Amino acid sequence: MFAAENGLKGDPRLEAISQAIRVVPHFPKKGIMFQDITTLLLDHKAFQDTVDIFVDRYRNMDISVVAGIEARGFMFGPSIALAIGAKFVPLRKPKKLPGTRTKYHAGKVICEEYELEYGTDCLEMQVDAVQPGDRALIVDDLVATGGTLSAAIRLLERMGAQVVECGCVVGLPEVKGQCRLNGKPVYILVEPREIDNCRHDISSEFLNVQCSG
Amino acid sequence: MVFLLTGIEARGFIFGPPIALAIGAKFVPLRKPKKLPGEVISEEYTLEYGSDRLEMHVGAVNKGERALVVDDLIATGGTLCAAMNLLERAGAEIVECACLIELPELKGRDRLHGKPLHVLVEYH
Repeated sequence: MFAAENGLKGDPRLEAISQAIRVVPHFPKKGIMFQDITTLLLDHKAFQDTVDIFVDRYRNMDISVVAGIEARGFMFGPSIALAIGAKFVPLRKPKKLPGTRTKYHAGKVICEEYELEYGTDCLEMQVDAVQPGDRALIVDDLVATGGTLSAAIRLLERMGAQVVECGCVVGLPEVKGQCRLNGKPVYILVEPREIDNCRHDISSEFLNVQCSG
Repeated sequence: MVFLLTGIEARGFIFGPPIALAIGAKFVPLRKPKKLPGEVISEEYTLEYGSDRLEMHVGAVNKGERALVVDDLIATGGTLCAAMNLLERAGAEIVECACLIELPELKGRDRLHGKPLHVLVEYH
């Protein structure tokens, strides 16, 4: 579900957040209009507003754990966790988290496979990070196909946590129709922008190449 | 007054942004190669075996801006040193490096261009 259609219609913060995100064409490959949130992080007010909108939504939902997906989910998740009194759990690419890999939970790190365009990848979580009964929010910068988020949901559920919602700054239109992933709601602040709507008060040198249509 | 705070991928991303938000600074991620879209500057640094690279966006830092570098841990200081090089090449004035954990025996502190290091805990 998109924030503008769920209580934040006309909220000027959403437009500012959208404008603060830089669009980089053909990255990482031709045809992809990459939504670069690093420019959002340079805009303190827009970055704070992003965190505040999520915090306002989740502070009274009894969330005990915020899980952030490596690496851009790490840029938003911890601030939300701190503000709502939840623990933060990083969900990481393979072999980054210390611990024994095991299929049967008896060890320290579990792994969940998900599909890429070509091949598969794996998302990992430490077994002891989450307990049965934990109520979880999963955070990432962007949701496209939902493959990574689905893997994150499965990781948390395998350890007995209840996933309450997934929160993303940017959500691709494909997600709009089915606002649930594995039956879990996805809350999105803004849609991706096209190249023409670029912000010009951030150093034009920084945005120039990408903005000149 | 600090204007920007850089965090080193990936554990620096966990601690850096909340600090940046709290002090009113912008946050600049320093990343492994090919993760940042658009134009970047890049700094190589040596590992125990081989080398690696750290990248930063061109235009994220303005000349003369005061900067902090944040990471979870300092060991030999190689990564932090590379981070500082990137910032200085972009014209920033580094105020301090801050880490949760220091491994003092590895003397990383000596590789920080004479800049101060603030740590919360030491591990011997």
